[in-house]
Amino acid sequence: MQPVEQRDEVEMLSLMLLIRRFEERASQQYQAQKIGGFCHLYIGQEAVVAGAVAAVRDDDYIITAYRDHAHALARGTSADACMAELFGKETGCSRGLGGSMHFFNRQNHMYGGHAIVAAHVPLAVGLAFAIKYRDEDRVTLCFFGDGAINQGAFHEALNLAALFKLPIVFICENNLFAMGTSVKRSTSLKQIVDRAEGYDIPGEIVDGMNFREVRDKIAEIVSSIRKEPHPTFVEVRTYRYRGHSMSDPASYRTKQELEKYRLDDPITRLRAQLTREGNLTNEQFDQLDKKAKETVLASVKFAEKSPQPQLDKLYDYTYANGTKP
Amino acid sequence: MREITYRQALNEALAEELERDPNVFLMGEEVAEYNGAYKVSQGLLDRFGPRRIIDTPISENGFAGLGVGAAMVGLRPIIEFMTFSFSLVAFDQVVNNAPNMFTMSGGQFNIPITFRGPNGPAHQLGATHSHATEPLYANAPGLKVCTPATPRDAKGLLKTAVRDNNPVLVLEAELLYSSKGMVEPPDEELLIPLGQAEVKREGSDVSIICYSQTVPLALATAQKLEDEDISAEIVDLRSIKPLDEKAIFDSVAKTHRVVIVEQDCPFCGVGAEVCYRIQQNIFDELDAPIIRVSQEDVPMPYNERLEKAVLPNADKVIAAVKKVCYA
Repeated sequence: MQPVEQRDEVEMLSLMLLIRRFEERASQQYQAQKIGGFCHLYIGQEAVVAGAVAAVRDDDYIITAYRDHAHALARGTSADACMAELFGKETGCSRGLGGSMHFFNRQNHMYGGHAIVAAHVPLAVGLAFAIKYRDEDRVTLCFFGDGAINQGAFHEALNLAALFKLPIVFICENNLFAMGTSVKRSTSLKQIVDRAEGYDIPGEIVDGMNFREVRDKIAEIVSSIRKEPHPTFVEVRTYRYRGHSMSDPASYRTKQELEKYRLDDPITRLRAQLTREGNLTNEQFDQLDKKAKETVLASVKFAEKSPQPQLDKLYDYTYANGTKP
Repeated sequence: MREITYRQALNEALAEELERDPNVFLMGEEVAEYNGAYKVSQGLLDRFGPRRIIDTPISENGFAGLGVGAAMVGLRPIIEFMTFSFSLVAFDQVVNNAPNMFTMSGGQFNIPITFRGPNGPAHQLGATHSHATEPLYANAPGLKVCTPATPRDAKGLLKTAVRDNNPVLVLEAELLYSSKGMVEPPDEELLIPLGQAEVKREGSDVSIICYSQTVPLALATAQKLEDEDISAEIVDLRSIKPLDEKAIFDSVAKTHRVVIVEQDCPFCGVGAEVCYRIQQNIFDELDAPIIRVSQEDVPMPYNERLEKAVLPNADKVIAAVKKVCYA
């Protein structure tokens, strides 16, 4: 396991590039009708998950909502397994049974991939409960969007986490829109972080376009949780460049708004920081990007040639131990 | 064997499983300091402490989901609903999260959780507190549903549920908590497999298929039918899902006449499924059309006289039996 403080920033930049190139390619493959169902892209938000996983150990728990490709990749799920899942293939990270919104990776402590808004927040509290029950020093990172904060499950979960003093970081990826409804039209608060106050949970606001700020703030929170378990809430302000899902042209926002955020791009920003400090040349960056593109292109080939799940195994994944009612 | 109440039987099952496996914990409203709204968890807090017997706020969705999350990393939660009528507030967790996880994750995450608590109409609790939820949950692939009617079944099925690696609902019968029955002594391990019905009374003229609160009703009715020279066989399903087809078919092949007495509402109810399977598999064994006795298809009225009219009762069962027997 890699000590947190030693996580290489260039490596994390590569991860962000991999996420972006993966999502771009997913978009293209979706349009080519290789991918079915709903498909929600993470482009623009890369610094949030990269910063967060850089701040924790590999054995800490993470769980998220349906915009989950990035979280699986960030937890070391291969692009092959992710793309194959989108293609519904047996080699996918959920054997082609989950799809875009249900990526899982048990081995790497990625607990999904959950598609009912806020329904996974109680699950996250359960993961944190298990940590405390077993007296471990792990932490749970629970990601969700700004749309989740008005669901009952979210409120019940926050109260339980605070009441039981559980080791969990609630990470609200505030990308300003729940599908087409802006935070202003959905939430009675001036700022989302104030939701935490109602549960006596400490809250922070972080610039989600800045990898280092996300990482450093979450690292600080996590280190305090490891000393004494408690929940914390982080509102990470970010932006998705694409629509809510592939079918959404995002006509509810202006081009100017999108451009404003593009100029503040998280990848460009970390690249500039590293270059300025003499830790990354343009050639090196181009190499990283080339590698990301190649990895993703290879994942499409892998997905294409992977087998479909077998029809005769249809009943194998309904009950553990193969019960058939 | 000794005689204990249904409530004590459940209490023993909980205590034995908590004792056996440190991953088992009990969570719900009033389960700890209050010793259970129906006293099923009496004494467990004293014995196992607040780490494992955990009171929650009134947040069914929240704590049911907490249980599912804890089960994802290998704990074996027992989640008590004060009544399954309240589980409807947690429907998303019980139906959308618990049973789907194993499939959605391609077999990576099974959910070894038990949801338990009283279910079905009690007495004058009105529409919101009288739900028989078994057809709702049995309809969800990935869930298992059992409905014990006796202290022995309550103990044996609950213990099995806790050890199952899937989400299992133990739908207890609110009106039967104080009922008594013979149960093996505590030093004798009692496990009753899910999906195994039991013939509670042998008979030759008609099969009365029932479960949960309708089992004592069917047994009492069988006594009355005896006076009219009709010999009724009482088949207690015990589990709704998995369903013991063989036990049902065996009994039908013997009596050739069937009355299903169910505690739920008629539309898409448990009896509809049982009925379908009988006609699909052993149509030629039937000497008469099957009759279902269920609740009336109305929200439960508070008024006592109307409530009685909604529920299955001996008169309705006798009438149905006579009809299938052409008596």
